[in-house]
Parts: sequence; structure tokens; C-alpha cells
Amino acid sequence: MALAFLAPALVFLGAILVYPVVYTVIRSFYSASGDQFVGWSNYLAMFTSDSTFTAIRNNVIWVVVAPFSCTALGLVFAVLMEKISWATAFKLIVFMPMAISMLAAGVIFRGMFQQDPDHGVVNAAIVAVTDAFGGPQASLPGAGPRQEVGLSASDGGAISADQAVQVGTVQDFPLVGVRADEVPSGAAQAETAPAPGPDQITGTVWLDVVRGGGGTNGQIDPGKPGLPGVRVQAVGPGGQVVASTTTDDTGRYTLSGLDPGQYSVVLPATNFETGFTGINWLGPSFITAVVILSFVWIWAGFAMVMIASGLSAMDRSLQEAARIDGASEWQVFTRITAPLLMPVLLVVFVTLIVNVLKTFDLVYVIPPGNAKPAANVIAVEMWRVSFGGGNDQGLGSALAILLLVLVLPSMILNIRRFRADRQR
Amino acid sequence: MVNVRRNRTLISVATITTLGLALAGCSGGAGGSGGEATSAGGGSSPTSEDFSGVTLDVSASWSGAEQKNFEAVLDKFAQDTGATVNYTSFGDNASTILGTQIEGGNPPDVALLPQPALLQQFASSGDIVPLSDAAQSEVAQNYGQSWIDLATVDGKEYGVWFKASNKSTVWYNKDIYDQAGATVPKTWDEFMQQLQLIQDSGYSGISIGADVGWPITDWFENVYLRTAGAQKYDELTQHKIPWTDPSVTKALQVLAQLFSSDVVEPGAAQRTFPESVTEMFGADPNAGTVYEGDFVAGNITDDGNSTVGQNALFYDFPSIDGSAPAVVGGGDVAVAFNDDPATDALMQYLASPQAAEIWIPNGGLTSPNQAVDTSVYPDDTSRQIAEALVNAETFRFDMSDLTPSAFGGTEGQGEWQIMIQFLEDPSDIQGTQQALEDAAQAAYK
Repeated sequence: MALAFLAPALVFLGAILVYPVVYTVIRSFYSASGDQFVGWSNYLAMFTSDSTFTAIRNNVIWVVVAPFSCTALGLVFAVLMEKISWATAFKLIVFMPMAISMLAAGVIFRGMFQQDPDHGVVNAAIVAVTDAFGGPQASLPGAGPRQEVGLSASDGGAISADQAVQVGTVQDFPLVGVRADEVPSGAAQAETAPAPGPDQITGTVWLDVVRGGGGTNGQIDPGKPGLPGVRVQAVGPGGQVVASTTTDDTGRYTLSGLDPGQYSVVLPATNFETGFTGINWLGPSFITAVVILSFVWIWAGFAMVMIASGLSAMDRSLQEAARIDGASEWQVFTRITAPLLMPVLLVVFVTLIVNVLKTFDLVYVIPPGNAKPAANVIAVEMWRVSFGGGNDQGLGSALAILLLVLVLPSMILNIRRFRADRQR
Repeated sequence: MVNVRRNRTLISVATITTLGLALAGCSGGAGGSGGEATSAGGGSSPTSEDFSGVTLDVSASWSGAEQKNFEAVLDKFAQDTGATVNYTSFGDNASTILGTQIEGGNPPDVALLPQPALLQQFASSGDIVPLSDAAQSEVAQNYGQSWIDLATVDGKEYGVWFKASNKSTVWYNKDIYDQAGATVPKTWDEFMQQLQLIQDSGYSGISIGADVGWPITDWFENVYLRTAGAQKYDELTQHKIPWTDPSVTKALQVLAQLFSSDVVEPGAAQRTFPESVTEMFGADPNAGTVYEGDFVAGNITDDGNSTVGQNALFYDFPSIDGSAPAVVGGGDVAVAFNDDPATDALMQYLASPQAAEIWIPNGGLTSPNQAVDTSVYPDDTSRQIAEALVNAETFRFDMSDLTPSAFGGTEGQGEWQIMIQFLEDPSDIQGTQQALEDAAQAAYK
């Protein structure tokens, strides 16, 4: 009789739970096409391939970092919220990310962490801060020397003549890489430098590009503007700056008061600094951190709400008793509140571990192509291998089983806890 | 990306198709709509024939505006012959839908396949019939040898290429080129020089959007077809030569010359392809050039800041070491599922310039048919694209579309991913080749 009542549920569970699991296990022992038994070789392939290894490693990082951060943050929020009057508003705000689909959250985070400060708000903020503490404003960001005229740029961006310059001679600087409409205002047609005096080095700094083409590289031709306001330094053999000046509207400069000898003539990097160009958040090195951050952003609210409800259900007489006995707030929290909250914390923690192991959407959406392998996790790898073009559902099934095996312990733990709760 | 799906279904359909044939054999009559055409009988000359009462079914992937334009092409045939022609679209699922129809014994009379692999598959399974002598001579008159080869399986010619796309176009911002004094290059060396000119003028020479790897595979295919030639290209496509072959080294060296120079706008591996188009045709352009297929025109129009044909122009992918004009691309090939006279007449009609010339003025069709009068193209850009296509001495299909999708069509693995890594570090050519070969060996199993 009991069986008759259970039958619909059993059939249902059998069809959508037991059958898929059993079939996945079977499928994981067959080849990509599914018609050839291959034994353990899918599992072997799984543990020997680089991409799966990265995925497993990343999953470990996720499990270690994400659930703990979420629970800790949630706990802090929930406890602090007890003390403030606008708790509901705060709760609403922290919980709000839960209402956004993971996919949309991923898109938001990808936008926020773009490298180009014009696109990514995080780098824009960093740039704003660094600019506020102001570096020197470069007048010619990104400019470089014309190739093959005896000039070179250092790694720092300073442009100097390859040969040391004798006092009393001319050293010219034809530059490229400045847009015609970004030439500093006031610039006039470049002119040949005046003949240097016995204690002088002179020269011209000009943009060696004629708008619309033409002209000879490295020569002052009509249509090539001088670059005004460029700092020029004469550097002695010991590396000390012995004279410095800036160019005039036609790009000419004169370094005076030099002792006889040879100097290296340098346009210092401050002329050309492009400034801070942004941190490569979405590159392979930071990508997992960014994705985990987005996960924490979403799930901290969940942890907070769960823990807060645990707190509100708590009998406060113990805390009051402790306070009367002279316990500090910290002692009350660590000795009384936290232990009493432990069941709730465990449920939150375990739920988050399961969630983290299964994480897919964020890892699928946030990393750009070049960082995808570095951000890989098992769930994404499973999908990619079996459906995302890999077309190997044998290996995919093996990965699915691995995921199942990894999730099982926390599931069992959860079930044990529920059972223990009921018996209490 | 669409092709990922196509290629996958292909394999499953191969089995379904054979199964379907067996079933059709059992049921006794593989008649279908083809049978109706037989009743008309007689004659072999194309459009003069009277086929009134005959119904022909035609399928292709086109829907929307393309469907309307193609239906106009079919209407002309119906008018001239009196036949009734029904068009249905199979969307992106050519292999699935045609496979099912064949299985049911009811394929269309003519289908336009978006993949040469499908043509080969249907030809070797015997589902499509070779062209009649009349149709063959029509094709021979109007098409280049590349196109005939692409429709030939085991020495028999099966198809008529009706529509084609050109993936050997380099798009440039005319304003920036003019400002820098850059001109349209013919050879790879000139190409590099022009990019340097643009770099000198303060813009990036070229923008690459390789967030996912397919644009780099297209780069490679164009270079490889020019440095190694069509035969090697075919061999590499079928993996008859390994990716460690010296011809691949040569092509990668050419690419490395570009990728390692400073004319490439930084950040290529994080930029999506549409973003790379915006980098040069957007409101605040930063780069002068972008390479990709004729569909870039659509990206430019979507962006809305530049006008194709005015400041957004293109030139043919430059020749390398004196290579002859070559085009990498795609296309749709018409095949016949029976040899009824009416079907044959329709195939001849599709091979004729008149058919293409009905669609072309409405836009959206590039015809590989040499006999088409290029003055009917609606604008200079589309005419230039078509001329490059018919004048190409070599035409080859996009290689990554023809390889197993695990190798040439999957984000984050295989050729796509290895090519992104190569773009980021072009110095390790040997390592790149070995990685490609390893990936290919795993995928071609």
C-alpha cells in the first residue's frame, strides 16, 4: 500500500535523478562517439590534461576562499546590523545582488574591471586617484623617436641621442607618434636651430610627419610642426644634469653654459608619459580573484540574511547573563553568540561550498578569451568538453562524475545535520 | 561560431542518413516531390522548356530579406517555365533538417548547402546527383576552376556555387590613411610600411580583436594560402601534413613579423571583434586598419559613426612573396537531389548570370559567377568585394570551419586558444606549431 502512494514520486525521482546519474556513470566509460568502451581512459585523460588540472586547482582555490569570505562577511554584516537603526535598508542593499541573475552580474563585473580606464570603472577610479596626487602633465604622451636617425627611446620613455654630443654642435630630435590634431597649441612650422655658440648645444624637436604624407624622414620639411614646451637636458658623463631648457614654438632649443666636452642630450620621460594605463584585472593573473570577488558580492547577502535570521531567533538571556558577569563584547561574541550560531553558520558554509563547486555562469561570462583557460573550473570544463564544441561527452561525463563526487561529502554532511536536528 | 553547431550535428547526421537510407529502402519508394517532376518529362534545354504543372521544392538557409530576394530569383524561373517553385528555409540546421527529410524519403529537389563538407557527405552517401552535361557546361562557362573543384567529389561535379563571402578584405579608415599619407598596399611589405606610417602619425597601425581566437585563425588562413599555396592548404585542412610542417613555420613567421611589431594596438587579446572595428570606425578612432571578412561592413554600419564606401573602405589582403590573388571565404552551393528535367533546368538557371543579377541589385549577394555583370552591384564596395572574389585565382573555404570543431571551432581550446597565445607571444613559433599539432591529433582522432 505504501508503495502505491510512493510510486509516483519514485518514478519521478528515478526518471530525473537516478537514471541520469547512472547513465552518466556508464557514459563516462565510453568514447566521444559513445559506441566504444574505453574503460578508465576518460578519467585518465581528465587527470592528465592541463586544462582539467587548472580547473581542479581553481576549484580548490574557490572552495578555500569563497565560502569562508561570504560567511565571514555575512556574519560581520549580520552582527553589526543589530547595532544600527537603518538595518532594513542596509539588509536590502547587501541582499540586492541576489536578485540579479548571475549572468548579468558577470557582465557587470566584466565591464567594471576592463583594463582601459575609459571603460572600466575600477581602473578609472585608480587613475583618478593617481592623477589627483598628480604626476607632471606630459605634453606629448606616447611620442617616440623616428627610427634610423640615431635616436632611441629608453624603457622608461626618455628619448636620447645614441651618440654623445660635442659642445658646439647641433642635435636634432625628429619625433613620431603624435596625432596632427594633438600637437600642442602654439606650435609653428619647425625651423632649423641657430648655430651653437662655443658653450652651447642647439637643435630642433619636431614632429617628423607631414599631414597627408610626403617629406623626407628625419628632415625639417614644410608642413612639419616644431614641438613647443619639450624639456631638453644635457647629461654629463656621471649622469648628472648639467643644463636644461625647453623648446620654443618652432621646436628649437639652446642648452647654454656648458663646459667643453661631450654630453648626452636627453628628452626626459616626463615629456612623454602616458600616465597610469590601468591594471590588467582580467588578465590570467588576476582573473580568478575578480571572479571570486563577484561571487562574494552576490552571496554575502545570502549569508547575511541567513545568519541574521539565526541571530533574531536566538535567546538573548545568555548574552545578558554574560554581560552582567562582566564579559566584554568581544568575549560575548566569541564565547556565546558565535557558538550558538554555529548550526546556522555551518548550513550557510556547506550550502556555499556546494554552490562554489558548481559555479559556472560567472566563470563563463567574466574572463575574456585569453584569460579563460586561467579561470577555468570543473563545471565550465565539463560543459565545454561535452557541448561547447569539444563534443566529447565521454570525457564530459567523467568530469560530471568528478563534480558529483566532490559535492557528495558536503551533501552528506548537510543531510546528517538535518537528521540530527530532527532527532533533537 | 555558428559552425560549431553545424559541425557537431554533421557527425550525428551522417549516421542518421545511412539509417534513413536503409529505412527508405524498406518502405519501397523514395518518391516524394521528385516524382511529380518526372511526370513532366522530356527535353533538355533550360528556360525555354515548359514545366507547367511541375512543383519544385527548394531549401536554403536564408530567411528574412535574403529569403525575399532569393524568392524573386526563383519567381523568374517559375515565370519562364510555368513550374511552381516552393522555397523553405532550414535556418542554421542544414544537416539536421535535410538529413531528416532524406530519411523520410522526401528531400527537396534543390538545396543550397552552406558547407562544402555537407556536399561531400551527401555526395558520398549518394543522396545528391551529379550535374547534367548541360549544367556542367553552363558552370564551366561561368565559374573559375576553384569553384568547380570545391563542388567536385570523386571526379564528379555536384554543385553550383550561388552565393559567396569574401574573408580576404582589409578594412581601413580613409581619414586616418589620408592624414598619415598612407596608400593602399599590394604586397605584405607595403602593408607593413603603411601600418608604420599610420603608427608614426599617432594612431595605431592596426587593431586586432582577439578576445576569442577566430579572427587570428582567419589571419593565419589568409597568410598560409598565400605562402604555402592551395594544395598545402587543402592538405593541412585534412591534416594530411602536420602542423609542424615547414610551410606552417613560414606562415607563422610572417604573422609574427606583424604581431611582434608595435603597429598593433595594445590590448588585442582582450578586445572583442566588434570593439576592434569601433577602434577604427567609431566616434573616436584610435587605429587605422582592421582585417576581417566582408561582414565588417555590417559592424561598421551597426556602429554608425562611419559610412561604408565613404571613409570606411577596404583593400584585398596583400600578396606575400608575389602570390597570386587568393581569397578565403565561404559560400552556399546548390545541389540537386534528383535528375528530373525540371530540377536540372533549375540548376542550369542558378548557374546562369541572369539568376544572380536579379538578387544582386537588392544587396546582400556576392556571386562567384564570373559572367555576372558587376555593374549591377548596388554600390562600389560590394562591387569591389565581388570583383576580388571572381578575380581570385585561388578560392578556399575558411580552414577552421572545415576542421573538427574541437580543433577549429571551440572557444578556449584548440586552434582558437593557441592562436591567441601566439598573438600574445609571437616569439615561440615552434612551440605554437607543436601545440597546434597536439591539439589537431587529439581532435582528428
